Amino acid sequence: MSVRFCRLALTHPVINASGTFDLIAADAAFGESLRADFPFAAFVSKTITLEPRRGNPPPRLWESPAGLVNSIGLPNKGLAGYLEHDLPALAALLARMRTHPPVPLITNVMGSTATEIAQLLSACEQRSEIAAVELNVSCPNVKTGLDIGADPVQLQRVIREVRPCLSKPLIVKLTPNTVDVAACALAAQEGGADAVSLINTLRAMALTPASRGLNPWLGGTTGGLSGPAIRPVALAQVAAVALRVSIPVVGMGGVQCARHARELLDVGASLVAVGTESFRDPGAGSRIARGLRAPLGFDG
Amino acid sequence: MRRRLTVLSNRELGAYRVLALADPDGPEPRPGQFSMLAAVEGWGGGEDERPHLPRAFSIARWREGEGGGEARESGREAHYLLEDVGPGTRRLCRLRAGEEVWALGPLGRGFAAPAEGRRAILVGGGAGIAPLAILQDTLQIRDALQDTLGDTLARHPGAAETVVLLGFRDSAHAQGATLLQGARIATDDGTVGHRGLVTELLARELDEDSGAVVYACGPAPMLEAVRALCAARGVPAQLALESGMACGFGACFGCVVPTRDGGYVRVCVEGPVLDAELLERVDAHAGAPA
Repeated sequence: MSVRFCRLALTHPVINASGTFDLIAADAAFGESLRADFPFAAFVSKTITLEPRRGNPPPRLWESPAGLVNSIGLPNKGLAGYLEHDLPALAALLARMRTHPPVPLITNVMGSTATEIAQLLSACEQRSEIAAVELNVSCPNVKTGLDIGADPVQLQRVIREVRPCLSKPLIVKLTPNTVDVAACALAAQEGGADAVSLINTLRAMALTPASRGLNPWLGGTTGGLSGPAIRPVALAQVAAVALRVSIPVVGMGGVQCARHARELLDVGASLVAVGTESFRDPGAGSRIARGLRAPLGFDG
Repeated sequence: MRRRLTVLSNRELGAYRVLALADPDGPEPRPGQFSMLAAVEGWGGGEDERPHLPRAFSIARWREGEGGGEARESGREAHYLLEDVGPGTRRLCRLRAGEEVWALGPLGRGFAAPAEGRRAILVGGGAGIAPLAILQDTLQIRDALQDTLGDTLARHPGAAETVVLLGFRDSAHAQGATLLQGARIATDDGTVGHRGLVTELLARELDEDSGAVVYACGPAPMLEAVRALCAARGVPAQLALESGMACGFGACFGCVVPTRDGGYVRVCVEGPVLDAELLERVDAHAGAPA
């Protein structure tokens, strides 16, 4: 089941979606049971921005039919805080997981301009703990209004401009909130991306009950929808992208079991990422990877 | 990680249910810790096609029994207090003995023991009385140990001195008070005990003894009143908070509450028990998915 992805050797094709697994908190909560059976073949950090962010005011969550709307707002310590504290901590924890070879660390970054992104990539280039970078051009629930990834022309120009800052593999995480996601994927490839990942959450909203005035429920007004509710959308978008690009595709969106993962692989994904399902079952990644190794018909 | 547990019983307690789960491999919880629970079968497809995510519940009681005659059974069981307030809690309320539940826990930070010489005042509201039951159990065990061992243990305020104040909507909910011993009760409608708010009882207690330490769990407006009362009197308070959670182990960052230093803390990993003095108003955030 081992796979090669962007010059990385992975033991299986299941990784985590950015921002859905806090390794430091999970290790504190689960310790040895996490280390003995680490769920992911590569670990993707939450999104890092140049400046620290508190994140959005609560409430941040809304449970929707077969899914979840979140408006977390990318809280993080900022690039300097990440490089000084979180990155060494994550690398040390990954080294303690009983996986062979060790799980590579992919750092997810987001910037609002090409200059900011270039700074983030240059910093990642310098750090040996980082195996690859995923660039978030798609987060829909951030008030800074990042929509670089929604416009193919703009996306290609930005990727081309920042690409020389990084010799490591560059994965572009696309936004699903666009007219033609395959055109955006092609633009990322033409700009120099080594891979694309999709889908991010779909822009969504929830209201308080009528008795409380039908106001926006989420502190961030709108949020992003994830979970099984978006799986058919993910399948369509991953299939469309895989047909248009020649670089590898990381597919994600509502994957709960090996059968769902296999569907994404079948339509052209090279890796599958698990997000919301890890909230329900922190061991979901391992369960799905085991299911993929098993004969067809077995559902992990 | 997640464990698949069998329901031992699910009994009615006034407006609540007490769910007992056999938990043979479960670690012993500290009072104030919680678990994420979801029914193995039939989790989803209720009101609004929910629930999807597991639900967070304080552990109300923990027993280590004789093992029921089977050597492989440790006899460990965990009890949870349920109230049907939405599609998730409704499904759990309907569980029958023999059905299975996914459980993740014990999670989070629990209550810290009272400092030497300080009397504990336990203040609970509604289903928030649950973690106070296991806290009272633990304080009583410490007390019993102390009686046995005499001065070899640090002097700790006895269970007899512990004050339990519980508030409920009405008499059906007030039956939940039987989870604890020696509780004084307030009800909104006056059908049991003091007519009014449990925080009115607390204010009287603190007027008499400002050297106490307060342990509280309940609805956000009650916790805010407890926080404000204790802050005004300089009384230390540990508040067990509730917040909407997707994961319960620090992954989703969805359950944050604001702190006085201008940041946020995750209720699931930095809490659910937090020192009141760290917190801004605790009723500013909205409730949990039910």
